[in-house]
Amino acid sequence: MERRKFIKKATLTSLATLIGTEIVFGSNMFKDYQPVALQKPDPFKLFHLDNEMVVLNDKPWNIEAKAHLLDDKITPNSKMFIRNNGLIPTEIDEKNWRLVIDGESVKSKKTYSINDLKTKFKQHTYQLTLECGGNGRSEFDPPAKGNQWTIGAVSCATWTGVRLKDVLEDAGIKSDAVYIGYHAADTHLSGDPSKEPISRGAPMHKALQEETLIAYKMNGKKIPLAHGFPLRLVAGGWPASVSGKWINRISIRNIEHDGTKMKGTAYRVPKNPVAPGDKVKEEDMKIIESMPVKSLITYPKSGAILEKGRALHIRGHAWAGELEVSSMDYSIDFGATWQTCKLEKPVNRLAWQHFEAEISFPKAGYYEVWARATDSNKSAQPMLLPGWNPKGYLNNACHRIAIKVI
Amino acid sequence: MKKGSSEYEKLVQKAERLAYTAIFLMAVCVGLLLLKIYDPTLSIFQDKKELVVEVDEDLIVDGIHIRTGFVEDVGLMTVVNNCTNCHSSKLVIQNRMNANRWNATIKWMQETQNLWGLGDNQKIIVDYLVKNYPPVEKGRRLRLTNIDWYELKK
Repeated sequence: MERRKFIKKATLTSLATLIGTEIVFGSNMFKDYQPVALQKPDPFKLFHLDNEMVVLNDKPWNIEAKAHLLDDKITPNSKMFIRNNGLIPTEIDEKNWRLVIDGESVKSKKTYSINDLKTKFKQHTYQLTLECGGNGRSEFDPPAKGNQWTIGAVSCATWTGVRLKDVLEDAGIKSDAVYIGYHAADTHLSGDPSKEPISRGAPMHKALQEETLIAYKMNGKKIPLAHGFPLRLVAGGWPASVSGKWINRISIRNIEHDGTKMKGTAYRVPKNPVAPGDKVKEEDMKIIESMPVKSLITYPKSGAILEKGRALHIRGHAWAGELEVSSMDYSIDFGATWQTCKLEKPVNRLAWQHFEAEISFPKAGYYEVWARATDSNKSAQPMLLPGWNPKGYLNNACHRIAIKVI
Repeated sequence: MKKGSSEYEKLVQKAERLAYTAIFLMAVCVGLLLLKIYDPTLSIFQDKKELVVEVDEDLIVDGIHIRTGFVEDVGLMTVVNNCTNCHSSKLVIQNRMNANRWNATIKWMQETQNLWGLGDNQKIIVDYLVKNYPPVEKGRRLRLTNIDWYELKK
C-alpha cells in the first residue's frame, strides 16, 4: 500500500539522518537554514504539499496555507492545512480497520469494517468547510498560547462517506443521548499509550445532521494519511477538531463528551466578553460550536502592482459556520465606503461560497482591499480583532490585501 | 537437395542465434561486474535519497543553535534538553509569553503532558524564554508588513 510505503521511506530517511553519510561544515550551507528540517523528513514530499505552504510546527505537524494558495473552488490536498495534536499513526491496516459504536447511550454496541460501512449504508458526498478553531490566533494581543496560525487554517474539500446519523441509528440511540465523542489511532506526543492526543465530539443535533459524515474519501480519492486515512469524522462549519481523524470508535454519550481537549480551556471561549489578558475561570468558558462568518481574498496575491486606469479583478471565498453568507462587500478606503461583490450560493450547506468583484481605483497610490462577509443572521466580519479570549480562537477579522496603483 | 539445404541453413541460423545470445549474456555479465566494482552498493537501482547532512548537535552559527533554531544565550542547552523532547522547538519559538504565563504553561504540561519536574532549571528556562522571545505589542490590528510587491500580469 502506498501510504505504508511512504511512512517506511520516511523512517528510512530519518534513520539515514541519524547515521549520516557525510559531515559538511560549509558555511554557505546555513544560508537558507530551517531549524530541525535537517533531522526530519521533508514535509512537502511526505504530504505532497505545494512548496509555498508554511510549516508552523514539525512535531507535531502543523502546516498552513496562504490566502492566494486557496484560490481553487475545491481545496486540493496540496494546499490543505494540516493540524495535529499528536503524532500521525504509522501502521494503518485498512482491511482490518474497525469502527466501534459504543457509549452509555448506544442501544447495542456495534463494530463495522470499512467494507460494512460502504455496503450497509448509502454513500453521500458534500463539499465541507473545515476551519481550525485557532485560525487567526497569531493576531491576538496579548498573544495566545498554541500554534500561531495566520489565515491559512481553512479548507473546503469534497468528502465522501456515510452519514454518521445512519450508522448511529443502526446501532440504536437511547433517548438520553446528548453527545458523541470520537476516539482515534494517533499517539500522544509524550508517547504515553494511556493518553489520547485529542478526543472531541459534538452534541447530538450536530451528529445527526445530514452533512455530518464518516468519510473514507477526500476529493474523490482515499483520504490522505495526514487528513485521517482511513476514516474521518467530518462535521463542516464547526472547529475542525470536531472532525476527528483516524477514527476507530465513536461513543454515544449520556453526558457532554469528556475526552481530551473537551475540558478546561481547549476549544472554549468565555461565556461573557472579557478584557484582553483577563484571567477566565474554567467554569466561565463555553465550548465553541459553529464557526463565525469569515472570508478570504484568494486572487490576486497581496502585493500586486498595476497601472492606473486598469480594473482589478478580485475573487475569493466566504463561509459562515452553520449559516450561509448572505452578502459580501469590499472596501478600498479602510471601511469608509463598501461596495458589493458578486456572491454565489454554496454548492451544498456548509460549503464555502465564491465571490468576485471588479475594482477601479480613482488615482495612483497605495491601497488595501478589505473584504467583509455578512451571514444570514446579519453578523458581519469586524475590521478589528473580535473579542479577545485566552486561547486565541475565532478570529474572523476582515482579510485584506495590499495593492499599488502606479 | 532443397530440403537438405534448408535444414542445413536452419542449423546454421540456430548456431548463430546461440552465439549472439552467448555474446549478449557475456556483455551483461561484464556490465554487472563493472557496476559491482564501481558501485558496490548498487545504489543506482535504489531510490535516490536526498543529500543527508549530519550536523553537530551543539553547533551554533551566528548566534543560532543550528539543530533547534534557538538563540544562543544563558540557559540555551537547558531549554533544548527539557523543551524539545516531546514537541518541536518551533512550537516554543512561535509562542510569546511573560514569566507568569510560561510558568502556568509548564504547570499545564506537567499536569497533562507528562513533563517532568524541572527544579532549579525552571527559572533558567523561563528567564531564557522571556528574554529572548518577548511578547510583541500588536494592538487591535497590525499594519500589513513584509509585502512582496510584484507586477500583476494581465
